[in-house]
Amino acid sequence: MKLYLDYNASTPLDVRVLDAMTDCLSGTAGNPSSTHQFGRAARARLDTAREQVAALVGAQASQVIFTSGGTEANNLALHAVRSGRQPARLAISAIEHPSVLEPARALVAQGWQLDLIEVDDQCRVAPGALIEKLYQDTRLVSVMTANNETGVIQDIAGLAEKARSVGAVFHSDAIQAAGKMVLDFESSGVRLMTLSAHKIYGPKGVGALIVDKSLELEPLMVGGGQEKGFRAGTENVAGIVGFGVAAELAKTQLAERVTHSRRWRDRLETGLARYPEISVFAKHAERLPNTVQLAIAGIDGETLLMQLDRAGIAVSSGSACSSGKTGPSHVLTAMGVDAELARGAIRISFGRDTTEADIELLLATLGQQVKWIQKAGQAAGW
Amino acid sequence: MNVKTPIYLDYSATTPVDPRVAERMCTYLTPQGQFGNPASRSHVFGWQADEAVEEARRNVAALVSADPREIIWTSGATESDNLAIKGAAHFYQKKGKHIVTLKTEHKAVLDSCRQLEREGYEVSYLEPEANGLLDLEKFKQALRDDTVLASVMHVNNEVGVIQDIEAIGEICREHRIIFHVDAAQGAGKVPIDLQTLKVDLMSFSAHKIYGPKGIGALYVRRKPRIRLEAQMHGGGHERGLRSGTLATHQIVGMGEAFRLAREEMDADNERIMALRNRLLDGFKDTEEVYVNGDLDHRVAGNLNISFNYVEGESLIMALRDLAVSSGSACTSASLEPSYVLRALGRNDELAHSSIRFSIGRFTTEEEIDYTVDLVRSKIGKLRDLSPLWEMYKDGIDLNSVQWAAH
Repeated sequence: MKLYLDYNASTPLDVRVLDAMTDCLSGTAGNPSSTHQFGRAARARLDTAREQVAALVGAQASQVIFTSGGTEANNLALHAVRSGRQPARLAISAIEHPSVLEPARALVAQGWQLDLIEVDDQCRVAPGALIEKLYQDTRLVSVMTANNETGVIQDIAGLAEKARSVGAVFHSDAIQAAGKMVLDFESSGVRLMTLSAHKIYGPKGVGALIVDKSLELEPLMVGGGQEKGFRAGTENVAGIVGFGVAAELAKTQLAERVTHSRRWRDRLETGLARYPEISVFAKHAERLPNTVQLAIAGIDGETLLMQLDRAGIAVSSGSACSSGKTGPSHVLTAMGVDAELARGAIRISFGRDTTEADIELLLATLGQQVKWIQKAGQAAGW
Repeated sequence: MNVKTPIYLDYSATTPVDPRVAERMCTYLTPQGQFGNPASRSHVFGWQADEAVEEARRNVAALVSADPREIIWTSGATESDNLAIKGAAHFYQKKGKHIVTLKTEHKAVLDSCRQLEREGYEVSYLEPEANGLLDLEKFKQALRDDTVLASVMHVNNEVGVIQDIEAIGEICREHRIIFHVDAAQGAGKVPIDLQTLKVDLMSFSAHKIYGPKGIGALYVRRKPRIRLEAQMHGGGHERGLRSGTLATHQIVGMGEAFRLAREEMDADNERIMALRNRLLDGFKDTEEVYVNGDLDHRVAGNLNISFNYVEGESLIMALRDLAVSSGSACTSASLEPSYVLRALGRNDELAHSSIRFSIGRFTTEEEIDYTVDLVRSKIGKLRDLSPLWEMYKDGIDLNSVQWAAH
């Protein structure tokens, strides 16, 4: 049996989500744009899901634009603010996911100026660091609610207020935060918020951008006028329905999930404290309750991943999207972590189904690795 | 007759998911199944998902005789069209900024072209012949030295006509113009061989051939190599052309749908064609019925007919027991007459009184017979109430009537 501790990469589907999706995939589900009975039934299902997703983040149903996932929603957010106007400036935190950083770089190719906002050694964006990068023509500020690698939570309301002071639109990628902490779109000052279903026990291939409708936005995909013209293409009905159910579960189970995760994280970190060779990153910052990023001095991350895999434990060396790549994580680099230590980083992220036995197995396996290193060190006469 | 209503005859808008496809999808959705992120390279959960994605890619490629490496996953044909047209136009803009397409293309193609026009590109929107087909001479005449891209759909979504993409491809290759084909309505219904066709980019959708909604693909030719500017950036998935976590179950569903299409296309087409002929035969004694689009160069499942002297909205209301479309689904919420039928030269009245019947894998003979009876009786009743029909029967040429303004 394999032990899965990579919930920030993807989560297993909740059985209730699966049931709802299976129901959509059987029988005749119409095209939601069709006006006949089959089409109207599909449309009604979309409407329910829109309500459920909106409720999770304290938004209105009409503010939800469904997309093919978090990456598309992030791309849409960055593309949207172009809206036929002249290139201006963007301020993006240095620890953003590639699906924010890369479209930002694509805008640079079109004449935009990109200002990277620095983080401190605990992965936090200080208000001062943002203010330094704000200009009169800064049109968009993007800071993620919680980081996928370290789990660090930003002071989004505070940062959004600073952005507003120069009239910039504030976007926040809340993919990792949703379902793990309380989010309130209305009061946060965030005007564009990205969500993804498969990080909250929903299906892959569906996400959403929550939009403040007073913004004038340019769509990424055109043709057909779906999603009020913001996002063309026949809706992924089964996926969206699954997202809706997952969002509802995330809302009702939030407190329980947080308590559960926090208990295992505390247990894990207390256990790890025995080993001075192990560094937990951003330990002093407020973090998501399910995420621990660490490195063992002297062990390369890839080696550690392999050792854990041999023990039947699945974790990751960073975000799955860049798993094919080598080199230290851009997040740890931005935090000023020494390159060699950063290369040893692994990310452990647990979820609803994680048990105490899982944590004990992980601790024992990491402990063995440390002992192995100590022995190797002694043998080498360090 | 024992038929369950409403009868679904809107397979061109979307198809039910084949139960065999749904079953395969579910094995990738259960917690016991393979839920990993295909991009996770560090554990077996990711490897298994990646394997499933690659098997599906081979199945999609096999239906159209492409190399699996030429298939890029997208969220559907709309995204594929956007990526192909804007992606190619942007990448090759130094070659020229002129694009040729048809007035009867899907909105995803037309709106992408409109967006490029706002960026300074020039687009020629060609009018098809009255039968819906593109005249090759007119196409040649529209080409210019700065033409960079041509986009012509394989099968039209409203009238079902099949364009001669083989001949158009030859012309494009000769003139070194990139050729994009929206094959959302063609794949799985008409044989496609990308080894011989001179097509550079081709859009596919899963939900038009019994796969799930929200997944599609774009074929991008390797030899000669076609390059694109990505529209979505991020983790660098799909060789950098399309970032975003791959939806394993969706991709598996599309792969299975395409595999089944390859195996069953001939048998399906034969049966569906017989049903369509039965439907058309049912109206042979009805006066003033017009088939829209060429009947010979046409996909088996489509029958688009105008019933003259019948008011469109009343017709749809009268046919509540049928799930049919009065235009493409994407625009059917509007009361504008279909732009496709207008481009074929149909007047507003005929365009308004048109019905698209689209037949598929699960349509039965009983459903067709019920449909014929229902349509015939409703047309008769509506015409009995129609003053226009009465005038027509009295031999009055309605086009010569001067209507008083109100």
